[in-house]
Amino acid sequence: MASPLDPHAAIVTEAGGLDATLTTADGTPLKRALARASRKSRWRAFLLVLPLLAFIVITFVVPIGQMLHRSVYNDGFAANMPQISGWFAETEPGTVPDDAAFAALSADLQAAAEARTIGIVGTRINYEMPGTRSLFTSTGRKVRGGVEPPYREALLEIDGKWGEPELWASMRNSSTAYTGSFYLASLDRTRDTNGDIVQVNENRRVYIMLFMRTLWLSALVTVMTFLLGFPIAHLLATLPLRRSNLLMILVLLPFWTSLLVRTTSWMVLLQQQGVVNDLLIWMGAIDESGRLKMMYNQIGSIIAMTHILLPFMILPLYSVMRTINPSYVRAAKSLGATSWTAFRRIYFPQTLPGLGAGALLVFILAVGYYITPALVGGASGQLISNMIAEHMTGTLNWSMAAALAAILLAGVLILYWIYDRLVGIDNLKLG
Amino acid sequence: MKKTLILTTALCGMAFGASAQEVNLLSWGGAYGNSHLEAYAKPFTAETGIAVNIADADNPATPIKAMVEAGNVTSDVASVEYADAVRLCDEGLLETIDASTLAAAEDGTAATDDFIEGGVTDCFVATDVYSMVQVYDDSKFADAKPAGPADFFDLEKFPGKRTMRKGAKFNLEFALMADGVPAAEVYDVLGTPEGVDRAFAKLDTIKNDVIWWDAGAQPPQYLADGEVTMAYAFNGRIFDAAMNDDKPFKIIWDGQIYEMEGWVIPKGAPNMEEALQFITYSTGTAPQARAAEFISYGPPRKSAAAAVGNIEGTEEPMAPHLPTTESNMGNALGSNLDFWVDHDSELNERFNAWLAG
Repeated sequence: MASPLDPHAAIVTEAGGLDATLTTADGTPLKRALARASRKSRWRAFLLVLPLLAFIVITFVVPIGQMLHRSVYNDGFAANMPQISGWFAETEPGTVPDDAAFAALSADLQAAAEARTIGIVGTRINYEMPGTRSLFTSTGRKVRGGVEPPYREALLEIDGKWGEPELWASMRNSSTAYTGSFYLASLDRTRDTNGDIVQVNENRRVYIMLFMRTLWLSALVTVMTFLLGFPIAHLLATLPLRRSNLLMILVLLPFWTSLLVRTTSWMVLLQQQGVVNDLLIWMGAIDESGRLKMMYNQIGSIIAMTHILLPFMILPLYSVMRTINPSYVRAAKSLGATSWTAFRRIYFPQTLPGLGAGALLVFILAVGYYITPALVGGASGQLISNMIAEHMTGTLNWSMAAALAAILLAGVLILYWIYDRLVGIDNLKLG
Repeated sequence: MKKTLILTTALCGMAFGASAQEVNLLSWGGAYGNSHLEAYAKPFTAETGIAVNIADADNPATPIKAMVEAGNVTSDVASVEYADAVRLCDEGLLETIDASTLAAAEDGTAATDDFIEGGVTDCFVATDVYSMVQVYDDSKFADAKPAGPADFFDLEKFPGKRTMRKGAKFNLEFALMADGVPAAEVYDVLGTPEGVDRAFAKLDTIKNDVIWWDAGAQPPQYLADGEVTMAYAFNGRIFDAAMNDDKPFKIIWDGQIYEMEGWVIPKGAPNMEEALQFITYSTGTAPQARAAEFISYGPPRKSAAAAVGNIEGTEEPMAPHLPTTESNMGNALGSNLDFWVDHDSELNERFNAWLAG
């Protein structure tokens, strides 16, 4: 019997009375049986994708979330220096430190030195104000036994730096666990003693320049792969299958070869004592003193990256070109279009989905390229990813690495959004 | 049938329990990691029966930070650079090591006196001394040979490209030494803004003729390819190439910058006791001297320096190739850790901006 609360039952009852209810062999109403069956299959479908979902959450969403969190969170100072952090919270930026401030500071320093956390505090301040880490560790060693009041004089006697307004401004910036200072640093900016955002000293500005270079170089590589890949993809798509398969292998073979092998091969070819230079000298095109510099600079990065990323442009283009009906171009020509017009107005627009997919793939891969620029880029071919690696493994400043990576991620997402507005993601065709 | 199964399971369990005495060692791999295996791990296991499991990392300091922060420490002993050891120690990521447990020298000298200065700190015991040295390709300079840092910056007298490490550390000190600053005063000069400007100005003079290297394997490669005629590189790698591949690379010890590497114990290491046992054993005089026969990094113990024998597999003494040998220490500079921990990021940012400009 269907209860009056069951909506399905109610509808059936109104429509044709109790007798009209369709039931299965064992007497359950058909609709309920159907709902149960489809719920079951929905669950089964969900269970099938569950491993993938869990995989993506564990290996992708969580680490990226942690990274983003780390870029704004560093409690190195706040957690280990609670009293002075409290003083900063109560006073206005720019306040001259009073006796209470020095008392809180020396108490915190002593506690941190005893807990062996003074290094964490020093490292955190050193990010803001270079050259201060040893101030903390050496002061820590001296105050471990206790400090006698007056605290201001005691600390200033240990090191005159404790009176510097820049140091106090840096400590204020670090006194909250959540901070935007890593993002400021990633954009070559810092806060001055009044708390205003200013550019860092000219000879230390490097990150914005590297971001710009990364974007510019990636765009250039994308254009290069397009110029080189488009004719090849067209040839592949129009040749008879047997011959195009052979050509396809030539495209795929390097694609299947290790990235390192291809990068080092370019080094062998292009370096100043390399094969290409030797060949040019043998042909008499250049003389011994005029050997071309094609490696360990930006040119090296561009050549190697273009070659390595070329298949990512050719393959989507090829798969789209295969589906273009040649009769469109023939029709255009029979209506009086020149070859160029037919290409420009009929053929090329139809390749756009493939071009878009290829360009997006190449560009996004290029933005994050690391090992190739590190090996062949020299000084001028270094990209932002090399700085991220430097902060990950060299300086161990993971918050800074996270902030740089987050900016890069945001940049890529913005470009993706612009692309969606201009071309439309629905038009993307990967194969 | 079932009984056998239970029995074997129980036996396996017992066997597992018996072999639980082990040390997990985090090392660098390559020729250096091999020296750890041959000179420390194998004899240690033979003597004590404690197994040593060696894992490799690009720089063990990075996984230590990650492991301790995540609260999942799987390594008991790790080999790290001196600067990283002090940094990690100050941040409370390492266990302290009691220096009095270290083995005394054979003549009874206490370990703390037997090690060179700075070789034993709160959390760190040195295992070897490596250095950055100037190298030239002997076949490229027929007449006059380069002799010191100043010649590295003299493109007219000694033409050809150079290769240097891509980073501020080592290069700024080297530039100042080439500019005539004695080793003992380098860090005093570098501590002033004028000193930093002076170092960069000196680097400016060869900027267009330098190929910058990232990995230690690159400089010997560039030299072998003929891409560069001189390099400023780690002595071990150059020694390897000269020795094993028979390359005409000559090391100039004048102007070398040396640094230590050694053992640390990550905070919360699962086998603390075995770790300490391993450290005590491997930093003893004999294993220290033995390790130096595998790779040209000098032992930090004075008593071990005299005991270093021939290069492994040859009849040639290793001593002349070690950075710590007296005759090589003429104008040597000990890398100043406090300076670099303080100025690392600042000077590297400036260095990168300088490179790009």
